[in-house]
Amino acid sequence: MLTSFILRALDRRTSIVLLVILGIGILLPVLNLATDPSSPFHVPTYVLTLLGKYLTYALLALSVDLVWGFCGILSLGHGAFFALGGYGMGMYLMRQIGDRGTYGNPILPDFMVFLNWKELPWFWTGFDHFWFAAIIVLLVPGLLAFVFGWFAFRSRVTGVYLSIITQAMTYALLLAFFRNDMGFGGNNGLTDFKDILGFDIQADATRGALFFASALALAAGFWICRAVIASKFGKVLVAVRDAESRTRFIGYRVEGYKLVVWTLSAMMAGVAGALYVPQVGIINPGEFAPANSIEAVIWVAVGGRGTLIGPIVGALLVNFGKTWFTSGMMAEYWLFVLGSLFVLVTLFLPKGVVGTLMAKKDRKPAEKPIEDVVAPGAAVQAAE
Amino acid sequence: MVDMISRFKTLLATLALVVLAAIPAAHADDLKPLVDGLGKSGYAALRQAVGALAATGDPAVAPILQSLSTGDLYVRKSDRAVFAATKAEDGFKLTDPATGTDAGTATSGEIDKIKVNNAVREAVTTALGSLTLMSPDIAKRRLAAADMFRNGDPAQISLLDQAIAKESDAGIAATLQLARAAAVLKSDQPDADKIAAIHVLQTKGGRDVLGQLTAIEASSADGAVKTAAADALTSIRGTLKLWDGAQNILYGVSLGSVLLLAAIGLAITFGVMGVINMAHGEMVMLGAYTTFVVQELIRNNAPWLFDWSLAIALPLAFLVAGLVGVLIERMVIRYLYGRPLETLLATWGVSLILQQAIRTWFGPNNREVGNPSWMSGAFELGNLTITYNRMWIVVFSLVVFAALMLVLKRTSFGLQTRAVTQNRPMASSMGIRTPWVDALTFGLGSGIAGIAGVALSQIDNVSPNLGQGYIIDSFMVVVFGGVGNLWGTLVGAFTLGIANKFLEPYAGAVLGKILVLVFIILFIQKRPRGLFALKGRAVEA
Repeated sequence: MLTSFILRALDRRTSIVLLVILGIGILLPVLNLATDPSSPFHVPTYVLTLLGKYLTYALLALSVDLVWGFCGILSLGHGAFFALGGYGMGMYLMRQIGDRGTYGNPILPDFMVFLNWKELPWFWTGFDHFWFAAIIVLLVPGLLAFVFGWFAFRSRVTGVYLSIITQAMTYALLLAFFRNDMGFGGNNGLTDFKDILGFDIQADATRGALFFASALALAAGFWICRAVIASKFGKVLVAVRDAESRTRFIGYRVEGYKLVVWTLSAMMAGVAGALYVPQVGIINPGEFAPANSIEAVIWVAVGGRGTLIGPIVGALLVNFGKTWFTSGMMAEYWLFVLGSLFVLVTLFLPKGVVGTLMAKKDRKPAEKPIEDVVAPGAAVQAAE
Repeated sequence: MVDMISRFKTLLATLALVVLAAIPAAHADDLKPLVDGLGKSGYAALRQAVGALAATGDPAVAPILQSLSTGDLYVRKSDRAVFAATKAEDGFKLTDPATGTDAGTATSGEIDKIKVNNAVREAVTTALGSLTLMSPDIAKRRLAAADMFRNGDPAQISLLDQAIAKESDAGIAATLQLARAAAVLKSDQPDADKIAAIHVLQTKGGRDVLGQLTAIEASSADGAVKTAAADALTSIRGTLKLWDGAQNILYGVSLGSVLLLAAIGLAITFGVMGVINMAHGEMVMLGAYTTFVVQELIRNNAPWLFDWSLAIALPLAFLVAGLVGVLIERMVIRYLYGRPLETLLATWGVSLILQQAIRTWFGPNNREVGNPSWMSGAFELGNLTITYNRMWIVVFSLVVFAALMLVLKRTSFGLQTRAVTQNRPMASSMGIRTPWVDALTFGLGSGIAGIAGVALSQIDNVSPNLGQGYIIDSFMVVVFGGVGNLWGTLVGAFTLGIANKFLEPYAGAVLGKILVLVFIILFIQKRPRGLFALKGRAVEA
């Protein structure tokens, strides 16, 4: 049954997208490793790392789109799940440093030696093992999302209220992780990683493998989202998005559907964070900043919410733009561009780039009608 | 006529001069033999002479004693008269130390320097302390009394007794009593006196007394004194705890007023209009920068106006922020009514643009905004210290709240706003121009945020990030208090402010804030529509 669930999602368009993602995932590392630096086809390592970072952003955008574009839950706190996944991986990488830290302590990471701690806190046990960290990366964001969602959806907190308390959630975590005595490195976070699974994290081959892993995770995420959307479950999600009360009156347990997709989305964001950390080499509380979460939302909006290719395209486009702008003379104008993107996309391109293109190409109405994500009954509709 | 008046004034002035000149002269005559007493040989005699001078309580004695300790006093060998001498071209130039009048010159052979040792210097210091206690200047006496209380020197008990007998100001007399008690406790007087002293200190209470009593309790041997000190300590600690509670409430009210100021504009745009304005914090920032610009202009062109700078900045900040608000409403938000999530994103974009614009124009660093004189300083209330700027901000936030209430409840504009809020199609068909009401209401909310910026510029750093720090807190206040209800915003702001400050001592500032956030998240689960939820038809509007 599960195989049919997964395989039915594999229509022509999905297969093409999957093949493209995986193809890039293999091609770029090969071009990096197998070609001579002087060759015109050579991909420098820093480009590979940068693109790998974008791929994890794309996965984060995909997870935001799954709840926003298909279930109408605008999360302004997905950066929290992303960062939690990142911290899970970061803790594993910290343990791999062993006694190669500045203080050479075989048991404690540098920042704990610096804080004069005598032993490893209990929540750091187990992070010597990759499998443990991998489970935590899925479990902790999933658990937080489950508890948060269980409370929120059960008491029918919807619309902007939900958005604002997700923002408060990530803000609270930001404050908490800034504290030194939390045991996560405080302000500086976790950094100075050396090895991952025994391989040097700086080596080109490792970078290539991480890039491929990011592409693989993105492809898997895309496939899972496609499977969810194509299933009967997904049809109910869209119904919740378009008319929550009506869906409830028909007899569906709306809270349950929301909770499942919310938790799934948080776990995807966690994986994205876990792949992000080894490639950028640092995780610090800044990742919890509400601004980061909102930026992820704009990737989705630019690409087109309610389409699954949209968020991937949006994340890549916006981040290419960001890199291009902030590396040149125009650095200080980047925020003008980003701010204008928010305004212009919401005003003139509500379906996003991909959504608009698809609507043009398909002639017939788009596969998934994209309508306003207003949940009826929200108090803030006063203005109507 | 004019001439006569001016002549009369001259006459008066002359008279005053004569009288003034006569008074010190009379004193100087009394002092003269005492001053000459300093010329006797031997340190013991010198110390006695210092004491005799101090006992007069004459303020003219202080400079004489000071010049004694700096070694500027000399005695003339011929008649043992004492003079202050300064080196001149040939020998020394003499002045009468009591009157400061010229007393001729002398060669270095004719005079001897009055030598002092440490004991004498100590006597001089004590004498100077007692002289300031007798000083006619109340402020000086108050300082001296407080100083005596801190030092608690047993040697000064008799001096304190004299000062207490003479003191006319009740406040200073009380401090002197305390100083005496502190001195008694350190002396070797009988236990009964010490216990009486402990009682005197206990009635005063406070942290400084706590410190002194703790020392006494630790140092004294077991017995009545130790028990009395321990009892006094317990009672003082109990009182202090009450004061701490009062202090927390005070800080909480202060924080609450800041939250209220930041949130009240949001309560209009979000609460009344249903528009999520993520650029609200930037309106606050615009208000703060308006204050900065106004102060810069005043500093450069009209420094005497500085105390009025805030009064000038207020209407300007309202206009600037209000105008920007109307522009945002006309250009962006009006296309997005009924799509709150899109509004949220678009206004976030606006906030990024505004922040970067300010950063480009004014630079990324903090800008200096000064406090006018009536907002600096502090005053004491019991054991509490209240700074004037905090106090004015509490007052100001309440005034703004009342003014806003008046506008919404008593003006025709407010009536229209409420009508549009409750039933837009009906209001429209009654002839209200709803688009204009929308724009103006948004302008009003933004303008009030600008006013808040003027107040916050007094207590916070004025930087492009100023607004961001308030936006989440403001949303929490509005959501907690109940959307669409200004009273809810008032109660919400002060509740959160006080809760925050009460949590801080136990959990630390950051954890306290986290706890409050978690509490609100849980609270919204329980009451999704806030503390003061709207009931009836308004909910469905």
